[in-house]
Amino acid sequence: MTLRIYLPRDTTANALGADRLAHSLEALAGQKGMDLTVIRNGSRGAFWLEPLVEMDHKGQRLGFGNVTAADAETLLAALADNPTAHPSYVGPVSEIPFLKNQQRLTFERAGEGDPLCIETYQQLGGFVGLRNALAMTAQQIVDEVKESGLRGRGGAAFPAGIKWQTVLDAVGNRKYIVCNADEGDSGTFADRLLMEADPFQLIEGMTIAALAVGATQGYIYLRSEYPLAHQILNEAIERAEQAGYLGDDLLGSGQAFHLEVRLGAGAYICGEETSLLNSLEGKRGIVRAKPPLPAIEGLFGKPTVVNNVLTLAAVTTVLAKGSDFYQDFGVGRSRGTLAFQLAGNIERGGLVELAFGTTLRDLVSEFGGDSASGRPLRAIQVGGPLGAYLPESSWDTPLDYEAFAEIGGMIGHGGVVVFDESINMSDQARFAMDFCAEESCGKCTPCRVGAVRGVEVIDRIREGNEPEKNRELLLDLCDTMESASLCAMGGMTPFPVRSALHYFPEDFQSEGSQ
Amino acid sequence: MQSALAPIIDQYRDCEGALLPLLHAVQAQWGHIPDAAIDPIARELNLSAAEVHGVISFYHDFKTSPQGEHLVQVCCAEACQARGSRSLESYATQRLGIDYGETTVSGRVTLERVYCLGNCACGPSLRIDDDVYARVDNPTFDALLAEKAEEPGL
Repeated sequence: MTLRIYLPRDTTANALGADRLAHSLEALAGQKGMDLTVIRNGSRGAFWLEPLVEMDHKGQRLGFGNVTAADAETLLAALADNPTAHPSYVGPVSEIPFLKNQQRLTFERAGEGDPLCIETYQQLGGFVGLRNALAMTAQQIVDEVKESGLRGRGGAAFPAGIKWQTVLDAVGNRKYIVCNADEGDSGTFADRLLMEADPFQLIEGMTIAALAVGATQGYIYLRSEYPLAHQILNEAIERAEQAGYLGDDLLGSGQAFHLEVRLGAGAYICGEETSLLNSLEGKRGIVRAKPPLPAIEGLFGKPTVVNNVLTLAAVTTVLAKGSDFYQDFGVGRSRGTLAFQLAGNIERGGLVELAFGTTLRDLVSEFGGDSASGRPLRAIQVGGPLGAYLPESSWDTPLDYEAFAEIGGMIGHGGVVVFDESINMSDQARFAMDFCAEESCGKCTPCRVGAVRGVEVIDRIREGNEPEKNRELLLDLCDTMESASLCAMGGMTPFPVRSALHYFPEDFQSEGSQ
Repeated sequence: MQSALAPIIDQYRDCEGALLPLLHAVQAQWGHIPDAAIDPIARELNLSAAEVHGVISFYHDFKTSPQGEHLVQVCCAEACQARGSRSLESYATQRLGIDYGETTVSGRVTLERVYCLGNCACGPSLRIDDDVYARVDNPTFDALLAEKAEEPGL
């Protein structure tokens, strides 16, 4: 009898030993003459359980968590005999509360099978959205996306349908779909997970976008820090071409769309869409002034859709199940689901896809649990390096774009980084300025010079050098950066700085003055 | 070098926005971008040498001098800071006896900072060449360095 088990091929699972475990299991099975098939699936995003081994058993998938190569022998013996008795057994995977209590649309397929198997993707509902789109006019596709209420998942939350309409209406002999996969925010890994666990969904979403606006060429701009995603995407594109989902004649429709992955080169700023376009053109990743909007003059001056990985992925759900279905999730003007990413000092870190509207406290406590260190939590940074540090008094804010804007924060790309009481918030404020100084593209003065001055001023406050005067100066500098920078890098670096200073002033006192 | 460079340039010459993929390919071949490659690249892509140099110097990934055999990157972004990466950072420099951006005397390891490896649920994170490692503490750092880079450190 063949024993089929699943073991993720995913950056985090591998970082915790999944590759090594796979080799051990296969070698041991060989020695014992066992008929073992190890399917390298994608991760489900319950990273705290990785490596998570799964086994088909009476129509269920049984889970075994935190398995290491040292467990290979006992696990193999248990799998063949009495699986539920193994100490790493965590129950049927569908019953693990962390996964069961999510509302997965985009990440529904993640972890079900081999990410590169096109048949598995089709069996699990893949390419339904594309087939529907092929039967619609470009305007009908754009209308469906507009009605879904989908907003850009990269961080800026601009309505996707309106962007697409602009590109559809723009006149151009060539149009582009650019996927922003330069996921540089610390605390975020949802794009990576999707690309590694369900790459065909991104390809499908980009193809739908191409049909909607009349584009013939697409680029995925991927950060170089994601070598595994690079490999998986390239392979997925090749397979999609072979199967007719990409190329000169999409599924016999006569429409053409070609797709290519382009690698970034280690510049955070290239996650900003205009800087990304310059980088794709082979230039320095310098931010462009807007207008003109990329939708009108984008890549090589042509009308261009620039969307985040998760925006393009969400489009497949909208087209497969309809805009009504999608916009039934969420609250206010934040419709659908968002992939929150629990990171930092957290017991159960990983991906949590939920409809908008849950409070930050519920998200963190119900899914994430306590701190990993066991110490009390002190601050949560939501939205990446440009997001505010929130003290406990703000944790009852519902996770929707407008509610977070009201408290001077942002949801951004959904990263939630948790810190325990050992953190010094003046270190974090200093880091925010230092990071901006390091990664600024240098085009505008408030960002290029402001960030350098910001570090100096924070240092003076911490040294007790005229702290009141320098505090005022720092706030003034924050105002300048916020209102006069060209893009969000300089414009939002003040968010973490201000929030640290506002909510945690005690951390900025010099030792002498305490 | 020029005879090896020509086919690489030919491979990318006609693609849109050729410079970044071309520079990645050149770096994959020589481990860095040799000075002598700049003029031919500029000429063949119809750019000025200053433009090519400007692009190389903009991106952290592109190197203009030979690097160690292995690239070791310590993640020092917020999610890893929350898990103690600051102490890993100082341990790494101490253990290797070099600062960020430098290469060990043995030539085996170049040490760099990186802002996020996308492994934020299980930090502190470390990357050695194309492999990422999770929950790295000081002893794990030593063990990985010895195993993957045969670098005993100081």
